[in-house]
Amino acid sequence: MLWKKSKYSGWGRALTANADLARPERLSALKALTNDAAQPAIGHCRSYGDAALNDGGRAVDMTRLDRIIGFDAETGIVNVQAGVQIGDLGTTFAPRGWIAPVMPGTGFATVGGCIANDVHGKNHHHVGSFGQHVTEMALIQNGKVKTVTPDKTPDLFKATIGGLGQTGIIASAKIQLMPCKGDMMVLTERRVDGWDEFLTLLDDATSDYTVGWIDATAKGEALGRGILEEGEITSGVSPTNGKSKDVPFNAPHWALSRPIVRLFNELYFRRVPSSGRTSVKPITAPFFPLDKVHNWNRLYGKRGFHQFQCVVPIDQAPALRDMLERIAMSGLASPLAVLKRMGAGRAGYLSFPMEGYTLAVDFPNRPDAVALIGRLEKMTADAGGRIYFAKDALCSSERIAQMYPELEKWQKATAKADPENALATDLVRRLKLRTPT
Amino acid sequence: MNETWIILGATSSIAKAFAREVATRGDAVFLAGRDMDDLKETANDCGLRGARHAEAVAFDARDPGNYAKIIARLTKEEGQINAAVFVGSMPDQSEIDADPNLIAGTVTDSFTGPAHFLQLLAPLLEERGCGTIVGTGSVAGDRGRLGNYVYGAAKAGFHTYLSGLRNRLGRAGVHVLTVKPGMVDTAMTWGLDGLVLVVGPEKVASDILKAVKKKRNTVYSPFPWRYIMLIIRCIPEPIFKKLSI
Ligand SMILES: Cc1cc2nc3c(=O)[nH]c(=O)nc-3n(C[C@H](O)[C@H](O)[C@H](O)COP(=O)(O)OP(=O)(O)OC[C@H]3O[C@@H](n4cnc5c(N)ncnc54)[C@H](O)[C@@H]3O)c2cc1C
Repeated sequence: MLWKKSKYSGWGRALTANADLARPERLSALKALTNDAAQPAIGHCRSYGDAALNDGGRAVDMTRLDRIIGFDAETGIVNVQAGVQIGDLGTTFAPRGWIAPVMPGTGFATVGGCIANDVHGKNHHHVGSFGQHVTEMALIQNGKVKTVTPDKTPDLFKATIGGLGQTGIIASAKIQLMPCKGDMMVLTERRVDGWDEFLTLLDDATSDYTVGWIDATAKGEALGRGILEEGEITSGVSPTNGKSKDVPFNAPHWALSRPIVRLFNELYFRRVPSSGRTSVKPITAPFFPLDKVHNWNRLYGKRGFHQFQCVVPIDQAPALRDMLERIAMSGLASPLAVLKRMGAGRAGYLSFPMEGYTLAVDFPNRPDAVALIGRLEKMTADAGGRIYFAKDALCSSERIAQMYPELEKWQKATAKADPENALATDLVRRLKLRTPT
Repeated sequence: MNETWIILGATSSIAKAFAREVATRGDAVFLAGRDMDDLKETANDCGLRGARHAEAVAFDARDPGNYAKIIARLTKEEGQINAAVFVGSMPDQSEIDADPNLIAGTVTDSFTGPAHFLQLLAPLLEERGCGTIVGTGSVAGDRGRLGNYVYGAAKAGFHTYLSGLRNRLGRAGVHVLTVKPGMVDTAMTWGLDGLVLVVGPEKVASDILKAVKKKRNTVYSPFPWRYIMLIIRCIPEPIFKKLSI
């Protein structure tokens, strides 16, 4: 059977869609699918909101098109089908001295998804976004394969990178890998006592990978306390990987209630000795810490959760501090809160990154959290920042053009690539992304 | 020792997962099937994941004329030769009911084609005194059922063939493994209703490799199917004929 009636949701599980899904296993099947009608592609649905949802429509699941089809050991350029998982690329090439220059926080994200959201990693301030390392894409439009490169088709390239799948289906992509010293990571963790210290440390960090975990329940003097993690790639002997765990059922609603989160955060903070500590781990551990527990999103129960992620310019750090304060006062945050320094690197019209600080916080899907996220969005826009489509499920359409100044260029390019709007997804419709203003 | 695998039906997702596993440990793989473009991509994939050698070869179960050429090519490989058979086709039983001409093709793809191939390959393995043959059957071959009895009959034939082949080749030091997958999440089952205990192709591939290592004769994947089929086989025929499971 070609089309399977499916009910599926984004990673946050707050939004769901009923759609007919096809899952081609070969390129010929993929091309045949797109011959008569266009439909959006989806990867592993690791986007939190509705980026990968197409309620009442169709979508092409790309996860079985996951072959590595070429590698040039001289240049380090790898050619992969779009369904290849980023973690798979890591474990295959790191032992040979190459690594994907950009890896998001989950190894399950597919290359297609990484391109379509122009994802960033913990080294964004050094290497930029995923799309900056894409040298070529095979894009399927109306059953035909089109070669897209930054030089020969710059407009289509910029509309496709970070383009949320709206220009066609990415069948495969060439990515410039980065030489690396090995498949181990030296990880240094240290406690940070408050907001100002955190920003200084992030600004001054020189290590390859830097990320801050924030205790989003800490208030007053302790506001912005957390742990700074810095990583450098190295070689060494890998201990056998621990078995992964699974969350088999939805957790009850109190699992992430206020006292439990506060307790967890306190313990998590104290886990790192006050003098800090350094350890050596297999490369996937620090990159994909959450992947060890499968389906951890079920911890939020059946109502699901939201992640709010924004970036604001450097000089707007005080605005970000205000947001954190609001979050802390609300008592709604979950343990997952991340602060990173971002560089200017971006490759698409709708790419998220800008030079500044990015904050990401998870909230259970409750009315008060939804209201809070609405306020945070407004504060983001006022600060000249933007929210991240890969995480968003709630934003309204009004502020998007302000956040994404190249929206119009993207709209022109997508209108050309997909005049019938056949590739629109729930997110695109909700945010009226393709409706010229 | 160097091991080389000929994988028949290598466009199937279980075959692909299996090829990847043996490629990662450095074996050579010959990927046989009809869609050469797809096989070449899988060959590239296997090569880049560590296969000593990876090559796509044209194979059509319904064209025995091309078998000898493949076997001649394999003869040139040194060391242990193994075969893994994943070919088979399962038209809707209702289509077969409407057009019995479909029976011949189903039986060729799922049983007589691969059996013919293995028959030609067997002397080479006997001569080398080692090797493994993995034959993919199906739980559908354990008892004829309403939903897919022609496919089931073909697979039952293949099971019996494999057990005889095991009897013959065991004497020469060659191991024959019969694999009976239950319901696997593949293109064949995509969108079908009423599936139970579904596993991904990677799970079946790793079950197969474990069974090869332990030199098992027959393995169900995932293992609960062993007991499910035990029960289904025990149901007396007068009752069974009234059931539609
Ligand atoms: C635990 C966790 C940590 C994360 N950490 C980070 C992080 O550090 N940095 C970051 O940037 N992001 C991060 N993310 C977000 C994630 O990287 C992105 O949402 C990514 O796009 C997910 O990839 P996917 O394959 O699941 O794509 P999906 O979520 O399935 O799809 C995302 C978008 O890509 C499009 N798409 C997918 N495949 C194709 C294709 N072949 N052709 C055309 N369009 C396609 C879809 O239409 C959709 O618009 C994280 C997510 C999780 C769950």
